[in-house]
Order: sequence, then structure tokens, then C-alpha cells
Amino acid sequence: MNIHEYQAKEVFRRYGIPVHDGVLAKTPDEAFNGAKQLAQPGKTLVVKAQVHAGGRGKGGGIKLVKTPEEAKSAAAKILGMNLVTPQTGAEGRPVDQVLIEATTKITKEYYASIVLDRQEAKLCLIVSEAGGMEIEEVAEKDPEKILKLHFAVEGGLSREAAAGLARKLTSDGPRAEAFEKIFQALAKLCAELDASLVEINPLAVMESGRVIAIDAKINFDDNALFRHPDILALRDPRQEDPREVEAKKFDLSYVGLDGNIGCIVNGAGLAMATMDIIKYAGGEPANFLDVGGGAGKEKVAAAFKIILTDPKVKAILVNIFGGIMRCDVVAEGILQAVDEVGVKVPIVVRLEGTNVKEGKAILARSSLNIITAETFSDAATKVVAALV
Amino acid sequence: MGILISKNTKVIVQGITGTHGAFHTEKMLEYGTQVVGGVTPKKGGQQVHGVPVFDTVREAVKQTRADASVIYVPAKFAVEAIYEAADAGIELICCITEGIPALDMAKVKTWLKGQSRTRLIGPNCPGIIAPEACKIGIMPGYIHKRGPIGVVSRSGTLTYEAVWQLTGLGLGQSTCIGIGGDSIVGTTFTDVLGLFEADAETEAIVMIGEIGGSAEEEAAEFIRSEVSKPVIAYIAGKNAPVGKRMGHAGAIISGGTGKASQKTRCLEQAGVTVVPSPAMIGERAARAAGKKIVR
Repeated sequence: MNIHEYQAKEVFRRYGIPVHDGVLAKTPDEAFNGAKQLAQPGKTLVVKAQVHAGGRGKGGGIKLVKTPEEAKSAAAKILGMNLVTPQTGAEGRPVDQVLIEATTKITKEYYASIVLDRQEAKLCLIVSEAGGMEIEEVAEKDPEKILKLHFAVEGGLSREAAAGLARKLTSDGPRAEAFEKIFQALAKLCAELDASLVEINPLAVMESGRVIAIDAKINFDDNALFRHPDILALRDPRQEDPREVEAKKFDLSYVGLDGNIGCIVNGAGLAMATMDIIKYAGGEPANFLDVGGGAGKEKVAAAFKIILTDPKVKAILVNIFGGIMRCDVVAEGILQAVDEVGVKVPIVVRLEGTNVKEGKAILARSSLNIITAETFSDAATKVVAALV
Repeated sequence: MGILISKNTKVIVQGITGTHGAFHTEKMLEYGTQVVGGVTPKKGGQQVHGVPVFDTVREAVKQTRADASVIYVPAKFAVEAIYEAADAGIELICCITEGIPALDMAKVKTWLKGQSRTRLIGPNCPGIIAPEACKIGIMPGYIHKRGPIGVVSRSGTLTYEAVWQLTGLGLGQSTCIGIGGDSIVGTTFTDVLGLFEADAETEAIVMIGEIGGSAEEEAAEFIRSEVSKPVIAYIAGKNAPVGKRMGHAGAIISGGTGKASQKTRCLEQAGVTVVPSPAMIGERAARAAGKKIVR
């Protein structure tokens, strides 16, 4: 789960990671009042769009201004826009809120993050003196500028290790000390809140010498949210694909794509493979959809409804390998869905596994125009052919 | 032969009184698996499909001499169940449960690395099957057939698809293992590849990977130096968008790593046949094993 920058900074404050004071605004007037509170001689005001994506500056979602009046007009421009950044895809994200901060001149930008290293089964602190740009870019151009430090989840990041890494990053004493505290706080935050990623980019040294987290990004492990109700409360469904939100209600796993062939599959691996085989057969998948292992009729029907809300969908491929899930139940789900929603596009169904005969018999008995397929590749060929 | 399990493997079911636990206990028994006991706290003394239920794994092991366990308990309690089985001396633990927090698994994995008695398969996996001998997990038994192909996969239903293709071509399997779709799993591709390489019955290996992490890249490295048997691979998620979790907790391309193209390249460089379509897994495996296809 992702959260907004202003929420992440709230979490940072709790862990003693220094951030600028800020005011959240939902209207230009709120932005004006907030900016007035924060404005000080010599300081620049920053108006930042709050969306779940990076690269906001490139999409026009961050504006530097001098006066509260300018902050108001910047907010008026940003609020309500659909912000498209390199990370959002063409559909962009709605901006409902802006964060206003007052900042001073930055003398140097660093980078710091913690991720879970899957292979090592340890947390990994990643730091760089090349902050302010994407870390992937640094990794490509100046890999020697990236320093990594692994530490066990149990036990955490020791003071010595944090201090050692901080001193590798800078020879300046007070700066190294500030880094050390921030690294330890990040490690604590990660372990306590089940963050799967926490990132500060840039971690800036201000003219005064103070070290400040200018941006803040935290992703949380969905599987651990049950023990963090306060974090779960920060969820903003407006930042998610409405179809993904709807799918979640039915415990379905959905990801929207750009193609025109809707997919309904059981199992994540098979669902990805179905996308691949459609593409291999010359088609374009409209989505990833895993109905899960023990899906019943209602789930299958819900899957159809969600897919059909996508106007791009011109054909549907149902690919089920029944293990726990029974093919006859799937067949009934298909009939129910068609009955309830009135499916107008061609449907290709491939059933295999538990109760396959019963499933096929149910489909054959119905008067619906369903194209049945025998094998995986047969199904892909038929659904691509059904488009024309 | 085959790896890790045989018809002599004695299995206990942790969470046997739950819906899934009871359902799959029956299916495992039907397949011929020696399910010798079950565990659910405070339900000791009951029976599920004729299998005695115990309060603790320790008690179950004492009474039944079980050497393997399969876990169907909810995610909140699964990690405790893993530790309980390990403490009771179980050598092979198979955790079917989906949804365990990644940091909890990181702790489990660190613990596993520090010892050599217990092996964990999963979590978030379909389990392990030695066709016609022993089935531990949730896979449909009848799609399997005994034979020379070892199958290892991060997926559930996609593995069934691959196995079904093999069986349809008259090509049986020595052992099929789902290692799980989470970011951190107990047994890795590399572990299983090593076991298949050493197994006399296994003549060729089917490996099914997917986007996310670097387990396939490490497998490629291992295959290059340690595996002489032919390996046929498929990587699911070639068309998955960056930064999106594709159902499995571990299936996500992030920070430039985890792409299917990168995994495919590494495996091909290690001499692995990577099929571009999941429908080709069976035929390519048959060709690699030098088997005549029986249609």
C-alpha cells in the first residue's frame, strides 16, 4: 500500500526524521492561508501535488513560489488536475490535495532508502551522494556512488553500522551524525511498521547545515496491514484504479492494462501466462485478473462485471485450471454473469481440471454464444480471432 | 526415487480442523499419502476423516513419528506454526498459507539458514507431490503421472497447466514442487535444482519462474556450473507493467529488477531452453528428455 508524501512525513516526524513544516490544502484559499502561516523572509514556498507517484515535478505538479498569492494561484492550477508523470501511465492521478512548505537553499542532495533484499532475507540500507535524481539512473551511470548495507530484521541496524556508513558518505562531522540518526530511524520505522520501501530523495543539506528529508516515500507490505490499523486508515482509494478497488471488495486481484481482450483466470501465475499467450497469439490483454483458488459463482460473476466496465474490452477469455476450484462452479458463474450483466462481446472459455466434464456440459446446455477451447494455445488463438 | 518425499513419508496436517485443512486431508488420503495425524490447539482427541487430532505438533510427532507437516493455518498464525513444527523435529514443512508478512518470513529464513535439520517449502505454494506415491498440498492429484521430469515452480495453477501438458504427452514427473509466490520462500529454485540434479530418476527439469526478485537469475548462475541435465524454463509476466503487483506478493517489477526479459536472458546464457509461450512447455520438455511423444 502506498501513502501520500504528507502522510509519510507525518510518520517521519514520529520517528524523529527531520522534515519541513507543512500545511495541507484542499482549496486555493486553504493554500493561501497555509502559505501565509509558513512564509518567512528569505524562504521559498513550495506547492506540491499529493499523488501516489514520483516524477511529480516533470508533470507540473510541483511549483516554487515567493508569496502566498502566488501559492494560491499555483494551487488553483494544480488542484483538480489529472497529473501525468513518468510513473503514472497515460491515465494519470487526480490531485485532491497540495502540500505547502517553506524551504531555503539546498547546498547538497543525498539519497537514502531501505528495501527488503529478497535473496538475502535482510533489510538493505541504500545511500548515495548523488541525490535528487532517480536511483536507477545513478545505478546505471555511477554505480560506485551507491553504498549498500545489509542488516537483519531481528537486531536491526546497529549504531556502529549506521555511523560507519554515514562517515563513508561524508567527512563532515555534524552531517555524518545527522545521517547516522536518520539511518537508524529509517531502520526502526521499516521494522516496526512493515514497510517494504522507505525512501528519502533528496535527503538535503540546507544552507544552515541542517539535514532535512525534502521528500518522503513509504510503501507498506499489504500482508502486514492487519497489525497496523493506523496505517491502513491512511489508504486513499482515489489514487487507485477504481476497477482494482472494486475487485478488492470481492477478494479478486485485478490490474488494468491497455489491450482489448479481457482475461479471467484462476491463479496469479496462470493469469500472467494467459496475458503472455494472448500477446504471443497476436492479441493485447486488457487486464490481469486472478479469481483466486476457491472462487465461487459470485466471484466469477463479479469478475465479469469488473472487466466489462472497461469499454476497451472487445472479447473475453476465461482460462480456468480447476484444482480446488471446480469447473462446474465456474461454468455456472459464467452463466450467471451473462444473465445478470448481459455480455455482448464474444466469450472464449477454456476449462481444464476438476469437474471439467460437468463444466463443459453446463456451458453446452446453455443457449449462450460461448466459444469453447480445448487447450491453452487453442484458447488464445480463438479469442484473438473472435475480435474481428 | 524422486526428491524429498516418498510413499514412506508420514505427514501431519497443521490446521486440520479448518475448512481447507479438512478438505485437503481427505484429498491427500485419497491419493495414498500417509496422513498420520493432525494438529489444532484445544481440539486434541477429535478425528478428521479418521485421522487423529492432537493439541500440539510435539504430541503428534511423539504419537505418530511423522517426519513431514503441511500447514493450512491462517496467515496470522502461520509463522508460529512453522516454528512449532521445526521445534518438534519435523524435517520437511510445507506451508500452503498465503499472506504472511514479508518481514516475518525474513526472520524465519534467517533462522532456517542457521540450521540444517528442517526444510521449509513455501509459503504461498501448492505443495509437493511425488506422483503415484505421496501428495502434500493442494494440487489436483489425477493430473500427475510418474516419470522422468522434475518440475519446480513459483506458481500454483500454472504448474498444473505444465504438468497437464507433460502428462498429456505421456511424460511423467519424478517430483513436482511449488516453491511459492512470496518475496521470501524457504526453498529456492537453486535448492531444488541441486536436488533434481542428484536424483537418478529425474532426466530433465521444467522450471517455471515469474517476474519479481532475482531467483531465476541465481538459478541461471547455479545451472551454469552445477546442473548437467536439460532445463526447460518459462517465465510468466513478460507483459506485466512495471511497479504493479501481479497477484503474488513477490511478482512485481521494481527498481529496474525482476523483469522477464532479464531472467530469460540469464537463463538462456546458462544453456536453458526458455519457451516463449506457456503452451510449449510440455513439448520442449519431451524433446529435451529425448522422449517419444505419446498422443
